[in-house]
Amino acid sequence: MNSPEPWSAARAAEIIAAQLDCEGPALPILHAIQATFGFVPEAVEPMIAEALNLSRAEVHGVVTFYHDFRRKPAGRHVLKLCRAEACQSMGADALATRAEQALGIRFGETTPDGRVTLEPIYCLGLCATAPSAMLDGRVIGRLDARRLDRLVSETQA
Amino acid sequence: MSARFFIPGDAGAVAVGADEVATAFEAAATAKGLTLDIVRNGSRGLYWLEPMVEVETAAGRVAYGPVSADDVPALLEAMLAGEPHALLLGPTEEIPWLKRQTRLTFARCGIVDPRSLEDYRAHGGYKGLENALALGAEATIEAVVQSGLRGRGGAGFPTGIKWRTVAATQAEQKYIVCNADEGDSGTFADRMIIEGDPFVMIEGMTISGIAVGATRGYLYIRSEYPHAVARMEEAIRTARAAGYLGRAVAGSAFDFDMEVRVGAGAYVCGEETALLESLEGRRGVVRAKPPLPAHKGLFGKPTVINNVISLATVPIILAEGAAAYRDFGMGRSRGTMPIQIAGNVKHGGLYEVAFGVTLGELVDEIGGGTASGRPVRAVQVGGPLGAYFPRALFDTPFDYEAFAGKDGLIGHGGIVVFDDTVDMAKQARFAMEFCALESCGKCTPCRIGSTRGVETVDRIMRGEDREKNLVVLEDLCHTMKFGSLCALGGFTPYPVMSALHHFPEDFGATTPVLEAAR
Ligand SMILES: Cc1cc2nc3c(=O)[nH]c(=O)nc-3n(C[C@H](O)[C@H](O)[C@H](O)COP(=O)(O)O)c2cc1C
Ligand code: SF4
Ligand code: FES
Repeated sequence: MNSPEPWSAARAAEIIAAQLDCEGPALPILHAIQATFGFVPEAVEPMIAEALNLSRAEVHGVVTFYHDFRRKPAGRHVLKLCRAEACQSMGADALATRAEQALGIRFGETTPDGRVTLEPIYCLGLCATAPSAMLDGRVIGRLDARRLDRLVSETQA
Repeated sequence: MSARFFIPGDAGAVAVGADEVATAFEAAATAKGLTLDIVRNGSRGLYWLEPMVEVETAAGRVAYGPVSADDVPALLEAMLAGEPHALLLGPTEEIPWLKRQTRLTFARCGIVDPRSLEDYRAHGGYKGLENALALGAEATIEAVVQSGLRGRGGAGFPTGIKWRTVAATQAEQKYIVCNADEGDSGTFADRMIIEGDPFVMIEGMTISGIAVGATRGYLYIRSEYPHAVARMEEAIRTARAAGYLGRAVAGSAFDFDMEVRVGAGAYVCGEETALLESLEGRRGVVRAKPPLPAHKGLFGKPTVINNVISLATVPIILAEGAAAYRDFGMGRSRGTMPIQIAGNVKHGGLYEVAFGVTLGELVDEIGGGTASGRPVRAVQVGGPLGAYFPRALFDTPFDYEAFAGKDGLIGHGGIVVFDDTVDMAKQARFAMEFCALESCGKCTPCRIGSTRGVETVDRIMRGEDREKNLVVLEDLCHTMKFGSLCALGGFTPYPVMSALHHFPEDFGATTPVLEAAR
């Protein structure tokens, strides 16, 4: 389960400063920001830009390029279902539809109660025990309807 | 009782319950007043048998699987009493699926404790570095050239030649970058070796650094692999503390240090120049070549960028000699390939074998056919940019040139099996959709063409102007193939055209098969 910290510019400044002496710090900073606040708040972009001597547009460009970086907070749980070929061959598409129906949302959305975000992922490297999923960082293989339903009910707890 | 138990900590095993099995073993032992010595090893790669538990006996390691937590109390009882059990697989090394392999790169994976540097050394680790130091830089590179090792990331470029170029380029600072972006569906060799034998990555990168004159390395791991990231970071700390990274590596005259960097969910960042951009902190947009990364790579400095398996194979080449490696294989594909058999397959996993084994052997004999029990209809080889092969091409030997000759590629060695319920038009659509989703946006044929491709396949699937739209699709593929800067746009036509070419009935084609875009 995600329990991010509330936004704090001072905390963000600390995180940025901690990465500054590494080479190419932008991605490490963004990962650390997201790990702390649960997403990459817009307010952090000018701070990173200033620290790295970049334009704000450049930083924005980086944040939006990568699928991982969220522009807004996720639900308390994040359920990722693998949608790539090996999982497709084992019925992932039907499971994806089942998850959407069970949660009443589409991929990329968060339930209105803020409980769960459903996201696609393209391969977890678990392709020999497909279909695969990840719930809050925990990996799950040999997914079937029964296991999926159990994951969904975990997110409702 | 002091027997050692091995329960994989590999993400693939954990995903099917290995952690619960380990906990259950501890609980069952406690109930008996015993403490067990449990090693969380890497996976042996027999994934249909995971979680596969091994116990050390006087006669070697004995395997049981697939074990579930519920099996554990009775299983432990049987193990301790030396009685038979339904899950007994026999001596691990005698399991035919494992015994028939030639494990060179994966020699230690699943055997050693991946957290233990001592174990690594006890199983031949650092012998490669020792020999490299004795040989000197030039002869080390020569050994890699002579081994015939070609890049295992997909393009198959000779690794030693790449190193030679970097070595010959003068610069104050050079870099070794290891590409662990492993985005191809159906592949997990990089993940497995990092999780199961992380010190081999450190040794491989160190040898590379010393050979070309680089003192810093980066290992770029995709964010979808949190277990691999954690394992690798821990191994780096361990190696550094033991003097295997940092100043005067292993008591030599050379400095080398490295760190892990985590990707951020962009498939295109597996492309080497996009990866370098990403490491530098920018959008993962592909660079035009030249300059080659070997001349101007990371931060503009000469850079070796190699796949995980390429670098993980270097230590054994140096340890055993170039000839020992080159003796395996066929034609210009020398040595072994860790082939990953995945998808709808009965016996999925990692199968390391000399080049030359046929696709049919891999799918039908080794893979055992489909998991669903239905007939195999198609296999995709080489990830999302790889072609779909019908049964008619199952005599193709696993070899770079042979696959290219059939309008396909072996890529990173992943095979995804589909049964006869697959809709190949849907697979073609997905290939275009994936390209559209992951395009870095630099070239129009890739960025726009892929979106047009999705729309066109949709029309074909709906039966709208089918003949006309099949021609449009073929034209689009042609434009993408020849108008794209990198293989994302350039090779997406492979899965699309192969699906169309070999399975025209799924596209409702009534005219003879179209010419594949060439
Ligand atoms: C879209 C795209 C994705 C790629 N993904 C990977 C990858 O995940 N891992 C990898 O090693 N190479 C990948 N490559 C190939 C790299 O560009 C490069 O050839 C490779 O890292 C070189 O290492 P090698 O010579 O050891 O194979 C990709 C190429 C393209 C065009
Ligand atoms: S082919 Fe696609 S991914 Fe590759 S450089 Fe062009 S736009 Fe980027
Ligand atoms: S394709 Fe789903 S885990 Fe690899």
